[in-house]
Parts: sequence; structure tokens; C-alpha cells
Amino acid sequence: MKHLIIGAGPSGVIAAETLRKLQPEASVTIVGDEPEPPYSRMALPYLLIGKIGEEGTYLRKDAGHFDGLRIDVRRDRVTGVDTAARKVQLAGGGALPYDRLLIATGSRPVSPPIPGMDLSGIYPCWTLADARHIARGAVPGAKVVLMGAGFIGCIILEALAKRGVDLTVVEMADRMVPRMMDNIAGNLIKKWCEAKGVHVHTSAKVVAIEPGTGGRQFAVRLDSGTVLAADLIISATGVRSNVEFLQGSDIRIDHGILIDRQMRTSNPDVYAAGDVAQGLDFSTGEYSVQAIQPTAADHGQLAARNMAGRREAIHRGSVNMNVLDTLGLISSSFGLWMGAKDGDSAELCDPGRYRYLNLQFEDDVLVGATSLGLTEHVGVLRGLIQTRTRLRGWKERLQEDPTRVMEAYLGSTQAVGFNAGLI
Amino acid sequence: MLRALKLEPERCTGCLQCEMACSFENEQLFNPSKSRIKVFNFHDDGRFAPYTCTQCAEAWCLHSCPVEAIVINARTGAKEVLEDICVGCKVCTIACPFGTVNYNHDTGKVQKCDLCGGQPACAEACPTGAITYVDIDQTGLDRMRAHAQRSLGASA
Amino acid sequence: MGWTRNVMRVNLTAGTIKREPLNMDWASQYLGQRGLASKYLVEEIDPKVDPLSPENKLIFTTGPLTGTMASTGGRYSVVTKGPLTGAIACSNSGGFMGAELKNAGWDMIICEGKSPKPVYLYVENDHAELMDASGIWGKSIWDADHILHARHQDPLIRIAAVGRAAEQGCLFSAIVNDLHRAAGRSGVGTVMASKNVKALVVRGTKGVGNIKDPKAFMQAVNAGKKVLADNAVTGQGLPKYGTQVLMNVINEIGAMPTRNMREVQFEGASKISGEAMHEVRASDGRANLVTNAACFGCTIACGRISVIDKNHYTIVNKPQYWGASGGLEYEAAWALGSDTGVSDLEALTYANFLCNEDGLDPITLGSTIAAAMELYETGLITREHTGGLELKFGSAEALTKLTELTCRGEGFGRDIGLGSKRLCEKYGRPELSMSVKGLEFPAYDPRGIQGMGLAYATSNRGACHLRGYTVASEVLGIPVKTDPLVTDGKAELVKAFQDATSVVDSTGLCVFTTFAWTLNDIQPQIAAACEGDWSLEKLLEMGERIWNMERMFNNAAGFTAKDDTLPGRLLSEAAQTGPAKGKANDLHKMLPEYYRVRGWTPEGEPLQATRTRLGL
Repeated sequence: MKHLIIGAGPSGVIAAETLRKLQPEASVTIVGDEPEPPYSRMALPYLLIGKIGEEGTYLRKDAGHFDGLRIDVRRDRVTGVDTAARKVQLAGGGALPYDRLLIATGSRPVSPPIPGMDLSGIYPCWTLADARHIARGAVPGAKVVLMGAGFIGCIILEALAKRGVDLTVVEMADRMVPRMMDNIAGNLIKKWCEAKGVHVHTSAKVVAIEPGTGGRQFAVRLDSGTVLAADLIISATGVRSNVEFLQGSDIRIDHGILIDRQMRTSNPDVYAAGDVAQGLDFSTGEYSVQAIQPTAADHGQLAARNMAGRREAIHRGSVNMNVLDTLGLISSSFGLWMGAKDGDSAELCDPGRYRYLNLQFEDDVLVGATSLGLTEHVGVLRGLIQTRTRLRGWKERLQEDPTRVMEAYLGSTQAVGFNAGLI
Repeated sequence: MLRALKLEPERCTGCLQCEMACSFENEQLFNPSKSRIKVFNFHDDGRFAPYTCTQCAEAWCLHSCPVEAIVINARTGAKEVLEDICVGCKVCTIACPFGTVNYNHDTGKVQKCDLCGGQPACAEACPTGAITYVDIDQTGLDRMRAHAQRSLGASA
Repeated sequence: MGWTRNVMRVNLTAGTIKREPLNMDWASQYLGQRGLASKYLVEEIDPKVDPLSPENKLIFTTGPLTGTMASTGGRYSVVTKGPLTGAIACSNSGGFMGAELKNAGWDMIICEGKSPKPVYLYVENDHAELMDASGIWGKSIWDADHILHARHQDPLIRIAAVGRAAEQGCLFSAIVNDLHRAAGRSGVGTVMASKNVKALVVRGTKGVGNIKDPKAFMQAVNAGKKVLADNAVTGQGLPKYGTQVLMNVINEIGAMPTRNMREVQFEGASKISGEAMHEVRASDGRANLVTNAACFGCTIACGRISVIDKNHYTIVNKPQYWGASGGLEYEAAWALGSDTGVSDLEALTYANFLCNEDGLDPITLGSTIAAAMELYETGLITREHTGGLELKFGSAEALTKLTELTCRGEGFGRDIGLGSKRLCEKYGRPELSMSVKGLEFPAYDPRGIQGMGLAYATSNRGACHLRGYTVASEVLGIPVKTDPLVTDGKAELVKAFQDATSVVDSTGLCVFTTFAWTLNDIQPQIAAACEGDWSLEKLLEMGERIWNMERMFNNAAGFTAKDDTLPGRLLSEAAQTGPAKGKANDLHKMLPEYYRVRGWTPEGEPLQATRTRLGL
């Protein structure tokens, strides 16, 4: 059995390792198009602040890890898939045959259609190569404009601020992290960032980037008419699944690759996982691209089990969730954080102390949550959502005090007995 | 034979000796707020519940870690955070459905129960036998895990 | 080191808060908590000050072992001049407040002056702030706790508060933390309310460190825990029955003060005992006791968590009392029960809940109600005074109704709120108040336990078992058995207990450990935690120093040897039943000897030589 995996991100690597465990004799190959060993984009911000070196971003720390597992990691780019012949074409020439193919090519940043985006010195923060460029430009005192205050934009915010740059953020939506945080939380994050000396423009669009004056590299023109001088521009305006190489194949694509609950694409020998796959969302019951680390890991493992013939491995859906550290303010959101139709909610809001917790219920089941400034036991929000635990009386208590979420979990699920040992 | 922490809430008196022992072992301070085991107080019911990582087989934290900073200790079976590799991204804190991986603001890393390398300080400190370190078959963890697994599992 | 070396000084009048370093000279002489805070108090206030004036100060204080893993190391004390007594007051509480304060980085909080409006003090590590209490003033402690938790939205904040009784001037108001642990005696809560301070709210996450020799400390801690676990009282009796383990024991030896101390045995004792709390009720199939519970770090866990029968008349249609909460301790069960002649366990539990909910000292409350019942019997208090309530010994309805009124400071509850001394003076029979220096007796009749008579008479805060618990020796044989009915040797015994207790109260540990521990078990824990020389000899000398310092404060406040006495009833009315039948308390045989072993003049003043020896 020949397993071929396109993409050396977390999903591809976890799939490869899982396949090796399940099928010791199979051949497992990963094709990735970046020069470094498989690494994590999640770790790039920590590279930028010098918390780790480049090897600290590597998914697997042991240099002999893949060789030891007999996983062949090749550097090349796949330019096409011939599902009839069960082989992929490589940019470096030649083709690789497969019995089962996993597409885990992830996503890449999109460049917004703005005049001047083609000027040199504008970078996304997506690859190790991008990080090196940013590290060179983001020197103390440099004027940096960050386009986009989404998740990716925000995770590099701290890194940039710590490097001592003069940072301005421009976000089209009315708050920061609009796809992850509700209005209250998104604006509290904005207020927090501003208090830390970051200039934040929300509900603002970059309309043009022009060569700068007075020794500055760029002039960034906003729709309000404001012009921002910049030495470095970082573009973080969104990502798109890497599916172009599949054009002309029989693999069906929507926003990402369409898959079923066994991670299989429209072609029975081809699977997809991670940011490129439009997988089942636990909360909505719909298929969508989540582009988050835990989902990539779930997908990779599940795809591998199915590729190895474990047909019982059915995807129950991944809970969309994110955690973000914005200059020390930690936030997270889970599932239907924006609320369910006809649902109830519980909320604590203490803007003075940057604490916020919003719980969303459907009947007496937690279906979504947003938290800000709270880090203890936040994972239990996922647990409650994903186990669809009936909270019964605890729902009322949570509506009175949402911080008691851990007690609600224990009280609803665990044997919490009396002190029978002594009496 | 692998061993695990057996938690028996019905024996707990809520004294927090376990939290102090844990923080002292790991932080050299008596500091319940830094403990990896927590006692929850159900005041109106007169109940207490000590709670920490079950070292679950699914290891959500481990699989969600982008940089392989959580590894299995082959001797104890504990999922351990490698502090020098953890970058502090906190993905594991939202991935753990039991809420037992927490971020430590002072170190900028996450922390979780590591069974103290095979001699859990909490179990040694507990005066009532509410926390014991026993053969894994005796823990009743299966019951707890079964609940979590019922629908948590990415797979059936 | 054990200490955080930080003192918070809160000037309520000016609304300012500042940090100052702990006086380490004093710490080396007085260790912490009771000793050290009393030193601050006697240095800083005029002994003649009106306790409820802004010139009095209120000190929240921890000990060097508070917040550590030393078993029971979670205690804090409130030190002030007490309004019920006019004597120095030091009320000790468990729960989780003390450890939280230490975790926030503070050894002590000194409150001075008086706030122009109701406030509460919010402490989150280094941050401290006086916050507007208008939303909680006028609320019970339980309601205030609920509101503050909702407001601060942190399940782990710890709250100590005063209730409506304190606001209304009840002179025996307690400060209650964690809903049902109390700095209970002497009216320290009344002082807090007089300063317009409703609550202390603390969140501490800094941890307690600075242990001088961590390895030696953990060895001493573990050795201490083992002694507690292996001891029959601390390892079995207290966890199972709480302090209520004593109810039947003390009743049997004829030292159970009953019906305002007219009798020494109570026929209903077994119905309100620790054993009774375990019995399943026929009415609802549950026992009164739900579980035992521990204070911070305590490996004994004597605390009682109880539920009242939902069908009981006291709580029908009152769902706020249907949940579990702090149950009866021995002192509360005795004072609310035996001393009033009430043997309805559920009614006593309800009265106890109310004492916690609004911050009343149940000993003084029960004893004052008992005095009122006796005055009612004599006809000096009538239904006109009581608003129609019949104050008969044995009436549960009278007990619970009066408790409700006292909590709210309404009707005849205002008279009860005076305490027994002022109540009995008001109604013309001062001798019916069973108190010393204005503080009511606890649950050990000094006719059946002679040494306790001397302990009560000489206690620096008035009649109190927690200043010299010779019951341990005279009844339980700890550390050695002495005959409770003889007076010989009791002067030395009382002094030894008083001095040793002064030490324990200054460490952050609970005095209940001394059912099993002696200072030999405590000293290694102190010595390993704290810098400086903490030998056994030094600790004992310190205990004596603290005792004499308190005594000198009281003398300066106007107390004399004449106040070292007992109510006439205990000196002249002999016990009618039990082993002590025919005996009164022979205080006169013990007191002169006590002054001598103390190194005091016959007038009860420490001799110059004594003061010099102790550095006073």
C-alpha cells in the first residue's frame, strides 16, 4: 500500500504518523513545498520575539524523526493530480504513484486587490521566509502597518509590539478579530491594544499603498483619507485553501475540498484534511473550512485511519475554537459563540478589568462561548459543548454566575459524592 | 503496571493540602492558584471535588500542540509539558475538554499534572485518601473517560 | 521567613491605603497574629479609648504559618479593643480568608479612623481599594457575599463581612468569612461596622514562600500531620463528631452549664449532641450532618456542614435555608441549646445558620437569651418588653424568634444585642449575667471543672475557653490528667495553658491541634519556617510576654483584680447533680496563687521584675 500525503503541515504529519502506526508495512510519503523540515505556523510569532529559534517551530524536534518512522519527506510541489492513473505530477519533474492520497495542502494568505500591493516590502506572516523578512524590517522605532486584525494579524501583534516598532493596525470590520470575537470582546481587545500604545483603526479600509516620503518606504492611504507612513507593511487579510492544482480533476471543490465524514473526497482514493478541507462543523452541522490547529490535527488522524481501512472512524465534526493572546490579554471562543437561533445566553462583563465571559445555550446545552481575560479551565467550555452535556439546574446557576463553568461541568458529569468516608 | 491518580470526591474535606503540595512541588511556593490539581466546592450541597488531568488516552492536549511540547512519559504514562519547547500558544488549553491544562502567566508556558514523575505530591499530602495513586485498573477513570468519549471522540 | 513583611495601613477617615514594612524587631518578640497584632494595637491606641470610636483600630492579622502546608495553617485573627468587654480583643477564625490574605502578600491590615460612608476593602495582591458599599450595607453577610461574588465575578475571592446586627450596634457581632467561619467573640464585628466597613474582599495569587529551610519545614509538617492523624481526638473524634464530640462527655462529668448556669447537667444533651447530628431524621430521611469539612490546610476537618429538615417550622417556605451550610459546633449547640434549655436540634441549627448569616457570637447570644429567660421567669422582663413573646426556658420558638430579631436589630432583639451584662443591669439583676469582664461563659461549668473557673476569671478577653483550655488536662488528660474537682496546682496549670495558647494563637495554626500537639510539635515547624531563634524556651517566654502585655493593656484600660472574678452563682450555688454535686467554684483558693506564679502583685499587676524579664 502506497500512501501519499501532499502538505507537510500538522495535518499531513499527524496523518503520516498515524498511518505508520496502523500499517507498519505501508509506504508513507509526504510532499511539501517549503525548504525547511515540517514546521508550525502557529509558532512563528514566538520566533519573531526570539522566544524560540527556527528549530523551535519544527513540528517534530528529532532530526531523525521521519527517517526513523520510514516516512519519506520530499521537497517538491505537486502541480496536478491524475486520479484515473492514481498519480500526482511534481513541479520538479516526474510523477508519484499512490494507492491512497491525502491532500493536506493547507491555505495561503490572500492579497487584497489594492493598488500598490505589488510594491516590494509588503509581506504576509505565513511562512518562515516571511518571518525572516519581517524580523529584518521590524526594528525598534520602525513604523509598521498591519493590515487586518483577524486571528493571524493578532497573533503577530504582540511579536511586533515587543520588537519595539511603532505599530498601526487597520481592520475593515467594526472590531478586532471579528470572526472569532463578538462585538464586546472585539472592542475590549481594541481598547486594550490602544492602551498598550498600538494605534488601531477599525471600520477602516486601505484604499492604496504608495511610495512614501520623508525617508519612509510607504504611504498607506485609508478610505477616511488618513495617510499612514510606514517602513514595513504586513498583510494579514485572510487565507484561502490551496486547491488550484486540483483544477481539471474529479475532486469537487467549494471553498475548500468537499469531504464526507470519513474525510474522503469525491474520489474514493483521495482524502483531504486540515485547512484545505471543508469538513463537518460540530456546531452547525454544515461543512466548512475551519483553518485551526486542533481541527487540522483531528482531520489528519481521522483521514489516516480511514486510509488504513478503519472505516469505523467517522468524523463527528470539529468544534470551531480559537485562543488568542493579544499583548497579554488572552481570549478564546468556541462553537456557536455568536449564539444559536432561539438560544439563551449568560454573560459577565467587567470592562474595567478586561474580563468577559459569554455563554450561549440551546435548551440546557452549552453550544458556544467567548472568554476574555480568563485562562483557568477554559478547555472545559469545549468539553461541555462537544459532549452536549445537559446542564439542567446548572444552566440557571451559570446565568447567575458564568464563571462557575468548571463546577457546572463537574456537577453535571462527575460522581461528586458526599464525604462518606468518615460519616 | 501503569498507575494513575484515583480521585474520590466523597472523601474530600476541601482542605487544599493537595493544592499546596502540588504548587510546592512545582513552584517551590504554597500557592493554590498555581496548583495543577484543584478542589471545587459545591457549597450548598456540602460536597467537594478534587480534580486534575486524567492522563487520558486521547491526549487532546498532546495532539493539538503545534510544536511537540507535550509528550508521553513512557514510565508513568503522564502527558508532560516540556517547558523549554512550549511556546505558550495555549492551543492545548482550549483543546483539553476537561479544562485541566492551564496557562501560567508568569512563565508564559502551559502547565498540567505530570504525576510528579511517579510520586504525586498531592496523593502524599491528602489526609483522607481522597487522592490516591493506584493501579490504573482501579481508578474508575474508565467511567469518567467513557462519558467524555461518548461524543468527544473525533471517531466513533 | 514565614512573614511577607508587608503591612497594609488603611486610613478610613482619609480613604488612603499605604504599605509599610513589618516591624521585624516586634516580629522577633511576638512572632505574628495574636502576639504581633496585639503589640501593634497596644503601641498605637490609648487603652482608655471608646471601642466604637474612630480612635480605636481594627487589625486583621495572619501568622507566619498561615497559608503554608502546616496542618491547620489557615488562621487569621482580628485584634482590637472589644466593645462588649472594653478589654483587648483577639478573635481567631479559620476558613480560607487568612491564607488568601497571605497569598495576596500581606501579614496584616491595620484599619484606623472611620470611613465617612459605608465601604468595603478590596484587595487583589498588591492592589487595594476602598469601594462603595452602599449596595451591601443593610444586607446580611450571606446576601452581601452573594452580591460581592456576583459583582467581582470570581469564584475564588474570599469575603469576610459583618451583618445587619453589627450595623445596628449589636455588641457581640462577629466578622464572618467564607459564609460560616467567624472571628466570633468580643464584638469585633461591631467595631468593623462602627468604622463603616462592611466587608473585606481578598484575592491572592502570589503564593506563600520564603520558608527558611523548606526541607526541614516539610519534615516537621509531615511529622505534625502524622501526630494529628494518629491521635484519637484529632484523627477520629473531631472529624467524625466535630467539637460536638464533647457534648455527652461534658454532660456526664457534670460540667454542662444549663438554663443560665443554674444547673450543670442537661437532660436534652444527647438530642443535640454530635451523635444526634448523625442520626437519620424520620421526617425527611436525611441526617442533620451532611459532611465534615476542613478549613484551609487542615488535616483534622472538624467543621460541620448541616442541612435543616425542610419541614421544620423554622424554614418552611424559606428556601434560602434549604441548602447545606455551617452546622453546630459544641459551643453553639451548648449556648443555644443547653443554656436556654432547648433540645430541638433543627431549631438550634437554624439559629446557628442565622448567627452565621448575620454575624452573631452564638455563645453570647445563647447566654444572653438564657439570662433574658431567667429575667422573664422572675417577672422583670414581661411580654410587654418582648412584643408578646413568651421567654420560657426550653422554648425553641423563643430562641429562634429572638435570634431573628437580634440579627436584624429589631424589637426586643435590640436588648438582646446588648449582651447579658448590660441586659441584666438594665433589668436590675446584674448578677444574672453569666460573664466575666462582660464576656459570656462558654460550655464548661467551673463547678465541675475547677481550673476553668480560674481560667475564665483571669482571661484577658473575658470568660473564654480559648485562652486557657484546662479542660484538656482536667477532663481529657492532655497532656496529663488532673482532677477537675480539686484546686491544687491549677494556678500553674492555668498559666501554662494560657502561655502556650498565646503561642499557638500567634503562629497561624489552630488551637484544636493541641488536642494532639504540644509545643514540641509546633516548635520545629516555626523554627524551620521563620528566621531567628525559635527555641521552645523562647516560644514559652513569648507566650508569657503576650499574656502580660494584654494584661497591662487591660489594667491601663481600667480593669483591676476585682474584675478577676466569677458570677456569684458559680461561687456560691453548689452543683445539684453529677460528680461535682455539692461543689461551687473555689476561685479564692486559686487566684492568689495564680498572681504569685505569674509574678504579679496581689492587686494583679505584673511586678517590675516580671516586666523587665519579659522586656515589657
